[in-house]
Amino acid sequence: MKALTLPRVTGWRVIALILILAGAVSAFARFTQGLGATTHLTDDFPWGLWIGFDFLGIGLAASGFTLVAAVHLFHAKAYEPIVRPAILTAFIGYLLVVLVLIIDLGRPDHFWHPLVMWNPHSVMCEISWCLMLYTTVLSLEFAPIVLEKFHIHRPIKWIHNISLPFMIFGVLLSTLHQSSFGSLYLIVPNRLHALWYTPLLPVLFFISCIASGISMVILESLLLSRHGPALLPPRLRANLAKITAVVLAVYLVVRIQDLLTRGNLHEMTTLTYYSAAFHAEILIGFLIPFGLLLHERVRTSRTGLYTACLMVLGGFAANRMNTAVTGLEQWPTLTYFPSLMEILIMLGITALGFSAFLAIVNYLPIFTAEPARPGPHEDPIQADPAPALLARAGGHLGTP
Amino acid sequence: MLEKKAMLLDITLCVGCNACQGACKEANQLPPGDETRLTLTAFTALSEHQGRFVRHLCQHCDVPTCVSVCPVGALSKSPAGPVTYDGNKCIGCRYCLQACPFHVPKYEWSSTRPSIRKCHFCAARLAVGRPTACSEACPTGATLFGDRAELLAEAGRRVAAAPDKYVPRIYGQEEVGGTSMLYLSPVPFEQIGFDTRLGKTPMPLLTMSVLSKAPNVVTVGGVLLSGIWWITNRRTEVQANEPNGRPRRPRSQGDSK
Repeated sequence: MKALTLPRVTGWRVIALILILAGAVSAFARFTQGLGATTHLTDDFPWGLWIGFDFLGIGLAASGFTLVAAVHLFHAKAYEPIVRPAILTAFIGYLLVVLVLIIDLGRPDHFWHPLVMWNPHSVMCEISWCLMLYTTVLSLEFAPIVLEKFHIHRPIKWIHNISLPFMIFGVLLSTLHQSSFGSLYLIVPNRLHALWYTPLLPVLFFISCIASGISMVILESLLLSRHGPALLPPRLRANLAKITAVVLAVYLVVRIQDLLTRGNLHEMTTLTYYSAAFHAEILIGFLIPFGLLLHERVRTSRTGLYTACLMVLGGFAANRMNTAVTGLEQWPTLTYFPSLMEILIMLGITALGFSAFLAIVNYLPIFTAEPARPGPHEDPIQADPAPALLARAGGHLGTP
Repeated sequence: MLEKKAMLLDITLCVGCNACQGACKEANQLPPGDETRLTLTAFTALSEHQGRFVRHLCQHCDVPTCVSVCPVGALSKSPAGPVTYDGNKCIGCRYCLQACPFHVPKYEWSSTRPSIRKCHFCAARLAVGRPTACSEACPTGATLFGDRAELLAEAGRRVAAAPDKYVPRIYGQEEVGGTSMLYLSPVPFEQIGFDTRLGKTPMPLLTMSVLSKAPNVVTVGGVLLSGIWWITNRRTEVQANEPNGRPRRPRSQGDSK
């Protein structure tokens, strides 16, 4: 990465650029004309696609805290090479979610109010605080990567000295707000369909975010080592897949058992719009990938892992969208479908996220597993030929 | 001591003249017109169900859901009863629209600096000891303003005196923990558009039962994670310094393909 060269024009880059521009134009329209003119949100359906997208983004960003916990708190050091990509995913995810929230807020100029005007009874207030604090923690976890690039070593040492409490704090914050996204809906027992409403919403949201976070990590390790040496040895990838299967199993047990004990089995067995959405979500996102990941053959095959992990993420998205949109459609018996601008803004921000990830992966030392930090565990062995991988990433990651 | 105010809305007495709505719009400088559902320009509305007229307005709950969900405290409950709104605090998250069990708050969707609009129980009039504009305008006494305790007693008396005229229920006495709007009806409430599945538990308790656990998650979780770190860190250290044991395994076992 010495001289600045013009990026090569590839199909994906053109598509990303178009999406980002379309999103930017739509966002401009939203800020100049208001939400009414640009979205299909109404008094009866005040939250729509963007809230679902926030849930999704935060869920994928769960890869950050799960990996930090596994490697730095539980000392599963073998997974270290994938920590930085996971932190980067989380950091970008959170920044984008904050961006979407600001677009979604009616008064973006007041977005800082929750920080000074407290209401401890509000889940939304707790989420605002967690988002802000955790984004701060993530920036601290991310800062060494940037500082390393520019060879500024002293602050890295400082950050390292305080990193343990911050990492613990970050994991706790994630636990809180990942589950709080579920708690948002505890207050609408009469609106949210019984297939999704349960007092266990926060617990279910937390369990499922771990599954999606780990699946995201597996996918990343597959994608980022497509053209080079494996970022994670296949054995470790298979282990992650095994953990995902366990988490999916726990989720299924809690979810189904809760439906049974709350006497909502009939909602599941009678065929309606809602039960169809429910079964699609459970089958594609939880049951089938669970079944797949039980097999050693799937866990060790790239195609198998791709399939299973994409299904987990798809099911996760379906679950969040069902909670945020489908499940709320029973009252007042209207169907919400997002407007073109809502979709364009969402796609634009997604494209922005992917582009930012690939650009940063090319520019910053994301694949240097061990940060330059002093300590008793200095490990000179570095199986990962980072520079070579970086060079290759520059050539291939942007291409289909 | 400030008494909690309320209104008794006796559906048997309402003739559908819409004087309440007219007075409300005048008091709040809203464009005139008879509206049948709550909108940005109707803080109260009157709808007809099989010849009966039902007033819609903010119920001013005793434990308001909107107040509990608002992240910035833009909505607040005053001891006298009104649930009021401060647009200078509002961030426009619309959680109140989502959460209100009576679907009351309305949002200025077409504005780039939107606010919430809803009935505020004539808070300014109450503060100087005056009744609400709508109750003052009601010619038949279908909307009666007063102390909540007194109005509840009065409602009980009316139902007891004419059990064939009323269903034995005061809607708002216990719904979601009690509201400031107390309704009497000649027919079962669900037949005239009321939500009768709301239950007696104040909605905010549903959230608080979880939210109150957050401090525990932080303390217990913090100790737990620190402990795990300590143990696993110690294990790594011991492994590294084991005099006769195996040397520490290299990090990546080199099975990169």
